[in-house]
Amino acid sequence: MSAMSMPAWGIWLMALGLGIFIVMIILSLKKHRGVHRSLFAWPYSLWMIVFTVVPLFLIAYYAFTDKAGSFTLDNFKNFWDSNYEMKKQLIDMGFDVSGMELSDRGTVNVDTLVYSLWMAFKCTVICLAIGYPAALFMSDRNFKLGPTLIVLFIIPMWMNFLLRTIAWMTLLEDNGIINTLLESLGFGKLKLMYNSNAVLLGMVYNYLPFMVFPVYNSISKQDIKLSEAAMDLGADEIKTFTRVTFPLSIPGIVSGITMVFMPSVTTFFIPRVLGGGNTEMFGDLIERTFLTADNWNVGSALSLIMMVLILFSISLLRRVDPQGEGGSLL
Amino acid sequence: MTKVFKRFYLMLILLFLYLPIAVLIFQSFNAGVSRAKWEGFSLRWYVELFRDPAIKKALWVTVSIAALASFFATILGTLAAIGINAMKKGSQGTMMTITSIPMTMPDIVTGISLMLLFIFTKVDRGYFTMLLAHITFNTPYVLLSVLPKLREMSRYTYEAALDLGATPGYALRHVLIPAVRPGIITGALLSFTLSLDDFTVSYFTTSPLVQNLSTLIYSEARKGIKPTMNALSALMFVTLLVLLLAINYRSIKTNSNK
Amino acid sequence: MSQDNRLILLEDISKDFDRHTVLSDINLYIKKNEFLTLLGPSGCGKTTMLRIIGGFEFPTTGRVLFDGKDITDEPPYKRRVNTVFQKYALFPHLNVFENIAFGLKIAKLPKAEITSRVGKMLELVNLLGYEKRSVDSLSGGQQQRIAIARALVNEPEVLLLDEPLAALDYKLRKGMQLELKRMQQVLGITFIFVTHDQEEALTMSDTIVVMKDGFMRQIGTPKHIYDEPKDAFVANFIGESNIIRGIMPKDEVVHFCGLNFECVDSGFEKDEPVNVLIRPEDIVITDAEDVPLKGVVRSVIFKGVHYEMVIDAGNYLWKVHSTVMVPENSKVGLSVVPFNIHVMKLTDDELTGDEQ
Repeated sequence: MSAMSMPAWGIWLMALGLGIFIVMIILSLKKHRGVHRSLFAWPYSLWMIVFTVVPLFLIAYYAFTDKAGSFTLDNFKNFWDSNYEMKKQLIDMGFDVSGMELSDRGTVNVDTLVYSLWMAFKCTVICLAIGYPAALFMSDRNFKLGPTLIVLFIIPMWMNFLLRTIAWMTLLEDNGIINTLLESLGFGKLKLMYNSNAVLLGMVYNYLPFMVFPVYNSISKQDIKLSEAAMDLGADEIKTFTRVTFPLSIPGIVSGITMVFMPSVTTFFIPRVLGGGNTEMFGDLIERTFLTADNWNVGSALSLIMMVLILFSISLLRRVDPQGEGGSLL
Repeated sequence: MTKVFKRFYLMLILLFLYLPIAVLIFQSFNAGVSRAKWEGFSLRWYVELFRDPAIKKALWVTVSIAALASFFATILGTLAAIGINAMKKGSQGTMMTITSIPMTMPDIVTGISLMLLFIFTKVDRGYFTMLLAHITFNTPYVLLSVLPKLREMSRYTYEAALDLGATPGYALRHVLIPAVRPGIITGALLSFTLSLDDFTVSYFTTSPLVQNLSTLIYSEARKGIKPTMNALSALMFVTLLVLLLAINYRSIKTNSNK
Repeated sequence: MSQDNRLILLEDISKDFDRHTVLSDINLYIKKNEFLTLLGPSGCGKTTMLRIIGGFEFPTTGRVLFDGKDITDEPPYKRRVNTVFQKYALFPHLNVFENIAFGLKIAKLPKAEITSRVGKMLELVNLLGYEKRSVDSLSGGQQQRIAIARALVNEPEVLLLDEPLAALDYKLRKGMQLELKRMQQVLGITFIFVTHDQEEALTMSDTIVVMKDGFMRQIGTPKHIYDEPKDAFVANFIGESNIIRGIMPKDEVVHFCGLNFECVDSGFEKDEPVNVLIRPEDIVITDAEDVPLKGVVRSVIFKGVHYEMVIDAGNYLWKVHSTVMVPENSKVGLSVVPFNIHVMKLTDDELTGDEQ
């Protein structure tokens, strides 16, 4: 069966590894007279090293090597100037490229990154603007439905993002529900799909719950006595919000921003379905470089640039919220 | 007045969140091909769905991968949680940092890095590599569901079992694992759900010959959506919903027991 | 003392954690039917010592002998000792009966015997009828009893107790102290008890081992340790005390606060610096004219049984317990009978501290 494509030596290697584990555990159990439980974490540690740490280093390895495996910075030069590789080949063939007029200005990759960051920024701002009041209203202790509603907010997030995006197609298409409705009411059809606003809508739709949940968490776990104390000390509702509730919810906001911004930058698929041809985002670019252009080295360089950007923004945000208090989605 | 406004606002957002899903489910019962016109109720697309060999195969791949991946992830994650819980503070920190890597990295990076691993080791991508990838992203979730249960238990529970004559194996099987069983089950359900739902990592770690439902939807979506996809989406949504309710119900139940 | 009476022998035990020494130079024997308490502040190594006896830690150097047999490397499940853990460590997924029966089931005893032995244990700890209850539904005191029953049902020769009463409130703790002592006497087995509470140690023990920084500072009966503490640390840790520096001009005379006092201690070098211990209840308040040591009452606090007074005399603030109240700022005299003046040699640390 073609599905079982593992080569024989791979299976033997895995079996060997497993064998070594078991022997090591038995030996250590003997040595520690059966008391030390930290050994139970060994298989996991090895698994995480092989399947998480090593692969991340591989991205760096491919990013700094060429197809032959020797060290190069060409992959990054290719990021700045997407014609770099072509020019290099032309020079190798003996052409003078200095005066050559290329159809592409060579800034495609940088443009895509800037566009992605801009889109991610807009998406994050919109999510915060829409999501914060929602989280605030739901965390009101007098609002009995709050806890139920927050579950309703989270459920769509668990739905496959392909399906969520496809669902919007049904609504936005030229012959989709909204246009049909508009037509039957006597308005003309609108061009709702295949532009960057549709992509933005798709992104906001996908990532809004990521903003609402951590903010909700950080507000609802605040001690009610804090706002009571503020009121007792003479603050009205608005002052209580601006001076107490809001500052205390900043960790939640930070986590929300991280959780919306990160996947937004790496968004792929959504632009392809809802956007037109010129709305490609950085995630799509990486995917295309790997799988369509089959260029793992340049693809790795692009991924590395993205990872560095993400790590940078996380560390920046961690400064505001050192404990990561906004909480996870679990 | 403000109360009415608040409720109206929340209703509006929920409408925004659920309208597309509702439309999709609604459409799956539409007898006609057109997405805009209602041509009567029919289960036609569901019938066609189960006749389509590609979908049947993808369904099998999805469910079997989810089952196997959550099985292995549960074993790996539970043992790891027990081990980490017994470690000293410093080592615990290192382990938690490694654990947080796959959870903070965007899916696309996880997918690509694993793809490079398989390319580098010259392992052909397919069912097996997809399974490895799924175990990789599932295990931290199991670990994080089990660890809190261990933390709320006395750190001497394991030693108490040894003290009363249990060997380490007996203590593991009869004390530690039963005591954290709720966490293990939650972790297993969670990883099963994550596996069923995953697209990005699967997409990079499999070949076009071995598709799960998500990658199949992806390749279909590029050609334009067939109504069977609506039926499939509706079914997947309902399945996930049931699984999530089970997980939530479990956590509410275990929390209220205290 | 006959060798046969020694059940547990610790020989030259030391223990390092990550190059940090937590126990050094431990030599100790524990007799059959003895109630031995390891007493000391947190971090003194008392729990580590208990865990070495239980088999949860293994000494870096030294041997553990049990009934003459070397058990240093035996895992816990092969030792004939059982432990009552801090915060009890009851199995949360098992009910009361299953918790107590745990060890018996592993030993594969017949069902009928398990039932009868668990029943007897529940009777001993006054919890008959609780068999089916979940351990989470029990109060702290009840959980405590179950933990004791779970350990005792295996009929160990030694019961180790790691601060078992620390989580209970004052009244319950008092009750359990007496009950534990009763159980130990009824069952006739050895108890090794770890606590930081000196009052608990004095109430229950046959023998107390006072520990500090991984060393045994003193070993003896409660009365011996209270009356004849070896150094200032032990004196301060057990009971309340006044400790003042003095010198020994000759045998049975000690000089402090600028005055010579008669005492009962001898065997010091001439003018050897010493610590002088006087318990607050041993100081007698007299009229200022009657005695050489005179002072002023600085504060008076009513403590129920007695008054606690602070009296400034001879450049030292004396803590004095007295059933008679003397008002603040009154001038008084202080006297102590020679028998109650306890002279202690300085420790090495204190000696080097003096030189600097």
